[in-house]
Amino acid sequence: MMQPNTAAPTTAKTGTELVRIVNCRQAYHKESATDLVVLDGVNLSIRSGEIVGLLGRSGSGKSTLLRIIAGLLPPTSGEVIWKGRKLEGPADGISMVFQSFALFPWLTVQKNVELGLEAQGVAPAEREKLAEDAIHLIGLGGYENAYPKELSGGMRQRVGLARALVVRPDLLLMDEPFSALDVLTAENLRTDLVELWAEKKLPIQSILLVTHNIEEAVLMCDRILIFSSNPGRVAYELQVPFEHPRNREDMAFRQFVDRIYALMTRRAPVVSEADMADPEMRHVQITADAVALPALPINTIVGMMETLAADPLHGRADLPLLASRLQLELDDLFPLGESLQLLGFAELEDGDILLTPEGLRFVQSEHDTRKTILRASMLHNLPMVRTIRAVLDERPNHRASAERFRDELEDSMSPDYARQTLQTLIGWARYAELFDFDEEADQLFLEDETE
Amino acid sequence: MSETGLPGNLRVRPNLADLMGLLAIMAGAAVIATAGRHMLVPIPASETGTIHLSPAWLPAYAVRTTLRMFAALAASLVFTFTYAVWAAKSRRAAQVLIPLLDILQSVPILGFLTFTVVFFLGLFPGRMMGAELAAIFTIFTSQAWNMAFAMYQALRTVPPDLEEAARCFGLTPWQRFWRLEVPFAIPSLVWNTMISMSGGWFMVVYSETITVGSTDIALPGIGSYVGVAIEQRNIGAIFYAIIAMLAVITIYDQLLFRPLVAWSARFSTDDGATVAAPDPWVLTLLRRTHLLRQFCLRLGDTMTRIGWLAIGPRPSQPVRAIIPSRLMDGAWGMALAVCALTIGWKTWTYGSSHYSVAQVLHVVMLGGITLLRVMGTVIVASLVWVPLGIWLGLSPRRARHAQMAAQFMAAFPANLFFPLVVIGIVHWHLNSNIWLTPLMLLGTQWYILFNIVAGASSYPGDLLEAARNFHVRGWLWWRRIMLPGIMPYFITGALTASGGAWNAAIATEVASWGDTTLSAQGLGAYIAHATVAGATDRVGLGMAIMAGFVLLLNRVLWRPLANYAARHYTFD
Repeated sequence: MMQPNTAAPTTAKTGTELVRIVNCRQAYHKESATDLVVLDGVNLSIRSGEIVGLLGRSGSGKSTLLRIIAGLLPPTSGEVIWKGRKLEGPADGISMVFQSFALFPWLTVQKNVELGLEAQGVAPAEREKLAEDAIHLIGLGGYENAYPKELSGGMRQRVGLARALVVRPDLLLMDEPFSALDVLTAENLRTDLVELWAEKKLPIQSILLVTHNIEEAVLMCDRILIFSSNPGRVAYELQVPFEHPRNREDMAFRQFVDRIYALMTRRAPVVSEADMADPEMRHVQITADAVALPALPINTIVGMMETLAADPLHGRADLPLLASRLQLELDDLFPLGESLQLLGFAELEDGDILLTPEGLRFVQSEHDTRKTILRASMLHNLPMVRTIRAVLDERPNHRASAERFRDELEDSMSPDYARQTLQTLIGWARYAELFDFDEEADQLFLEDETE
Repeated sequence: MSETGLPGNLRVRPNLADLMGLLAIMAGAAVIATAGRHMLVPIPASETGTIHLSPAWLPAYAVRTTLRMFAALAASLVFTFTYAVWAAKSRRAAQVLIPLLDILQSVPILGFLTFTVVFFLGLFPGRMMGAELAAIFTIFTSQAWNMAFAMYQALRTVPPDLEEAARCFGLTPWQRFWRLEVPFAIPSLVWNTMISMSGGWFMVVYSETITVGSTDIALPGIGSYVGVAIEQRNIGAIFYAIIAMLAVITIYDQLLFRPLVAWSARFSTDDGATVAAPDPWVLTLLRRTHLLRQFCLRLGDTMTRIGWLAIGPRPSQPVRAIIPSRLMDGAWGMALAVCALTIGWKTWTYGSSHYSVAQVLHVVMLGGITLLRVMGTVIVASLVWVPLGIWLGLSPRRARHAQMAAQFMAAFPANLFFPLVVIGIVHWHLNSNIWLTPLMLLGTQWYILFNIVAGASSYPGDLLEAARNFHVRGWLWWRRIMLPGIMPYFITGALTASGGAWNAAIATEVASWGDTTLSAQGLGAYIAHATVAGATDRVGLGMAIMAGFVLLLNRVLWRPLANYAARHYTFD
């Protein structure tokens, strides 16, 4: 039996406070001097009766924050106040829905849903009834005895949802719950969930939804917190002024989405919002030695530039439009745009992307000229490339260990990002014929011209 | 860094690393030559007298033992590259070869000694060579089956798209074998060779003291050293032997297997999802050398060239069968049936003339006792290692260390520790029926730990988080969350451990310390006694029954369990 909640979903400010995060910081200890800070100075609170969206890029620490709220991970400093008490250990009354569904493959749908009740010591007969109710509510009636592997992705996430709802949590945490699903299935599940919420059929008081899909956040949430990366913190907070059900094609809706795109592209790569406020910090960022690069092959970059330069776009595009046109998610689109910006081939402004004259020249050139342009751009814009090239030129055998540059990158980023950044740099440098890489020996080297 | 050479300069100057490498090679060559010379000498008059218990002799013994090991490994590789390849390439051959391999795998290796010693001594009358070959053959039997199976499996599972690519490029069968199939098989072959070597160390120690009927030969080596130490009740010498073996296994692990495993990783077909481990130091040293590196590169080039030889027809050339394949199948089936009937008839006539029903029943009963013992030890070991392995496996750092320790312990020949246990039993007058039993699993229990750690460390993190989020704790956590997740790993480990335990039964159900001999009731003791007495017919009966038990256990228990676990307890 499900009890509908009584709070009105859209009037957020009226509900009682469920959870409050005070000055949370999460850092991982590194072997070298500086710690890697994932979250810093995070403050937020969630009240009953609202759906809150946590919007940000992958790697911005929003999933980490979700785990801190759930009590699965203690923060390095700061505290989580859950219903007026400091949280220690996994919280009662908080259920989580996982991106990967996290269903136990050896348990049937019924048993998976019953798991939380079983842990609470609910009697078998009651357990069975509650689980069945939840399964029916979420639209999976008839699938009780199926194993997760027999279900499609969308159905599996419904099981994950039923499992989270059956324990009647006060707060439902959803960690990118739709990102592992295909477009149609995700939309179907989103609509169902919003409908159940709006009809107050869900036995929960509020939802915290982590996502990197802007439209999804606008479609579902009453309040959106935009997260910045490196370190992660809340950069903006927006109240969504629409009633459920919402229409994606609505003019106001589209404008709202555009506004978020503009907010999210307003900053240079890896600069956090707090740094932005301080003009001096911004200056520091621009001259900083190393910027983490995404794993982007050069052909993707070239392809993007060619698309931008080609017919309907003519060098300028609206990002949301481009995203839907190229079927790219936020996580693919932003790194791409930022890399182009970094290389001086494009500019991001107000949710638009436009090619620079240099970028246009690149697109219009032949293969060999493109190499020359990219070479010049990399040497000019990427300090690490300059360093590598200088070291290689200096050495009599024109070889140098890659480890050394990775170490250097690690001063400003995590080891994983350092590895990825160098790998991306090598990929671009090979295209530009700047230097080459010997994987066996883990050495960078110059192609010998005299050979 | 030794980056002093000019780029593009083909003249290679030797460096310090070369010098070290060359010295090591020369030393190795001298040792092998000396040891090889000893193999050809006649059998000395007083056999056991030639084994000295002074620790100064141990390094030489260790080298002899290791050489036997590698000789057997070479033989196993040859077997793998012929038998397994033949089975994979010919459907008809596979119908015979694969079941045969299955049976061979379940035959207790130690039982072979009776037959092989007589055979090889007859081949080289009066020379050590015969005894050496018998020992090497014993080790071979502990390695070859497993490796051949790995090769066969790999050859059968070459990805079809690669196969098609090879056909498109017109590779001949020879080229396809060396350019595609062997590289594809290398990771699993290297892994199984490593497992085989572990079993091999156990056998090499056992096979050096050969006592079959009236023949009593001690080949110089660590195994015979321990044998003599037991005879003379010398605890100190046993500790020396254990230390020597530790050194040998460490060296072999560092010099051979770490580099080999690192090297085999490049043939792995999955896309680098696994994080590359740092290169072992031997490989790094080899790369730093100039001359040796050149030599290795040349060697590699030559091998590659041999692999490219165009032997065999191009796939575009049509192969026309002279006899229709249906007809051949029929004839082949007939031939097989005739062979099977003949063998069955021969076995029956031999069996009915040599054994009485009561005798067979008695041996089966003994097999039942050993079965109880094997299952008992597997259960006890599981109760210890499963919780511990899970605890170790759930932390990545602990898991790495535990994996390495378990791998090392599995390679260590457990029989070197037997005397220590036997001393305890003799000293406290314990019941040998019970206390000899743990010895069976001493060497193979590590497979349980090893697999459990692997299972726990690959348990999906989000499922563990979900369990914590829903407050699943205590017995419910074990029952619903952890145990099902590691079940496939546990079954693999328990299967390997119990297989090893059957083999070890022959070595563990009878043990001695000086002139005190302890014996437990069981099939292993039956075979061991029959071997010492040189009673070939009883050894044969015991082996057949033991092989029957192992086959039956695999078919009735382990394989259905493994299938069930594979269906129910795996993550997608």
